[in-house]
Amino acid sequence: MTRSRTALPGFGLSMGVTLTYLSLLVLIPLAMVPLRASSMGFDALYAAVSSPRAIASYRLTFGVSLGAAMVNAVFGVVVAWVLVRYDFPGKRILDALVDLPFALPTAVGGLALTALYAKNGWLGAPLHKLGIQVAFAPLGIGAALTFVGLPFVVRTVQPVLEDLDPEMEEAAAMLGASRFLAFRRVVLPVLAPAITTGFALSFARAVGEYGSVVFIAGNMPMKTEITPLLIMTKLEQFDYAGATALASVMLVVSFTLLLIINRLQMRLGRTKEPG
Amino acid sequence: MAGGASGIANRATSASKLRRATRDPGWAKALLISVAVGFIGLFVVVPLAVIFTEALRDGFGPFFAALSNPDTQNALQLSLLVVVLSIPLNIVFGIAAAWAIARFQFPGKGALITLIDLPFAVSPVVSGMIFVLLFGAQGVLGPFLDSIGVKIVFALPGIVLATAFVTFPFVARELIPFWQSRGAEDEEAALVLGARPWTMLFRISLPTAKYALLYGVVLATARALGEFGAVSVVSGHIRGKTNTLPLYIEILYGEYQFQSAFSVASMFALMGLLTLFAKWLLERRIAADIADEAKARDAGA
Repeated sequence: MTRSRTALPGFGLSMGVTLTYLSLLVLIPLAMVPLRASSMGFDALYAAVSSPRAIASYRLTFGVSLGAAMVNAVFGVVVAWVLVRYDFPGKRILDALVDLPFALPTAVGGLALTALYAKNGWLGAPLHKLGIQVAFAPLGIGAALTFVGLPFVVRTVQPVLEDLDPEMEEAAAMLGASRFLAFRRVVLPVLAPAITTGFALSFARAVGEYGSVVFIAGNMPMKTEITPLLIMTKLEQFDYAGATALASVMLVVSFTLLLIINRLQMRLGRTKEPG
Repeated sequence: MAGGASGIANRATSASKLRRATRDPGWAKALLISVAVGFIGLFVVVPLAVIFTEALRDGFGPFFAALSNPDTQNALQLSLLVVVLSIPLNIVFGIAAAWAIARFQFPGKGALITLIDLPFAVSPVVSGMIFVLLFGAQGVLGPFLDSIGVKIVFALPGIVLATAFVTFPFVARELIPFWQSRGAEDEEAALVLGARPWTMLFRISLPTAKYALLYGVVLATARALGEFGAVSVVSGHIRGKTNTLPLYIEILYGEYQFQSAFSVASMFALMGLLTLFAKWLLERRIAADIADEAKARDAGA
């Protein structure tokens, strides 16, 4: 197979089309951000990225994204476990529904969550009586970011759990481990790379998210204003320099996360293969 | 292990211990299933129910009125036009990229795969903004475009570009693993028998990958129809002119026309459910295709 691989036609053409299209649609447009940012000069750039309003938006964006990714990590493992290990009526429907956040426009998800958690909403009303405000508060942003990142952990953990040989758990049991100990010492370490990957994917998605958050956040500067929204506000005010400065912060974070995720996925592929 | 009666007794107790230690107790199973169902219910099922309930709050009359409203129809037409213009570009690119990556070895392959994934990592707002920086009035090419009278940003071409950007990786990402998991034997056989490269592509490579290709297209189309952030930046928000359906929902919501906003949103909810069904169907077909080929290869060996 390796011998004949080079005999296949079309390498030059397919590679040419790929690199041309990639450059025109993705690389050159993305290069505008560092290009524009570098023309601002260091002082102006630093002032724009370190304004109190910007700092407050980073704190909110990264803090809530982290919380949402953690919620998804915990519940994602439970959902994956239930889908792989148990049989129960409606299991297939549950499995299919996990992907809905990918299939539904983010704005529609945000709209639905806003109606659900508003003061007169199905869940918002009882929570309001308890003195908990979800919509137009950081908690609501957390709900939206949990929604958009929900499928990642389930879908990364599920295949690893399917490949996991039950003999390992049997061996642990033979050696006297309780079910809980076997899970913690045998199953969890095998799942850990997949959980980390899913967590990172969910976090990366949450950090850049815009559509679902704008409806539920209330968008008050310093309080419930996420960084993508602050970029949007600056663009609407034609403050392109300010928007570019914030966008370069977001891009650096995105690139770093992408590289980390790629590493994690490569490691995940390696541990999965010799099964 | 020691033989004799004590050994058998030992084995019997260890078998029951084994079962207990490898199978979750009933209460744990019930608890975990409830947690999973509760989580998906809270974050997926209840929001869906909210959309349909709010859409039909005043009955079917206002629901259909909201959908047949000329502004809704205009937004729908624009959304469909954007899909028709942006997705074919990504199909051609996806096939080319997957062919190069799945069928050949070359230095920098890992880096190329990472670059293809880039649009998924970039915030939608930044995805739209880069086209404003490139083509906008203050942009690099802005003065030039202005001098020849071409409008890209705050017009249809900008929306198409931003949509093509955010849906860029889908087709390639489905085709690469599919072609990788299937060997190139069929294609090599066709070439040996004298098929031309294009014949091989259209008669062998693409037909065998049709479900994987379709799957990528379904995912890209759903995203293209629903994209909000990127399109929001590049569209000028001119009502009835540059509003795609998701942007129109935002306008309705901003004008406190909640019932109309949810009526349009319910169309997306239906589309989302259909996408899930198509996904489920296609994934089964793709798995069957890969298994068939593996079986044929084993039989031939």
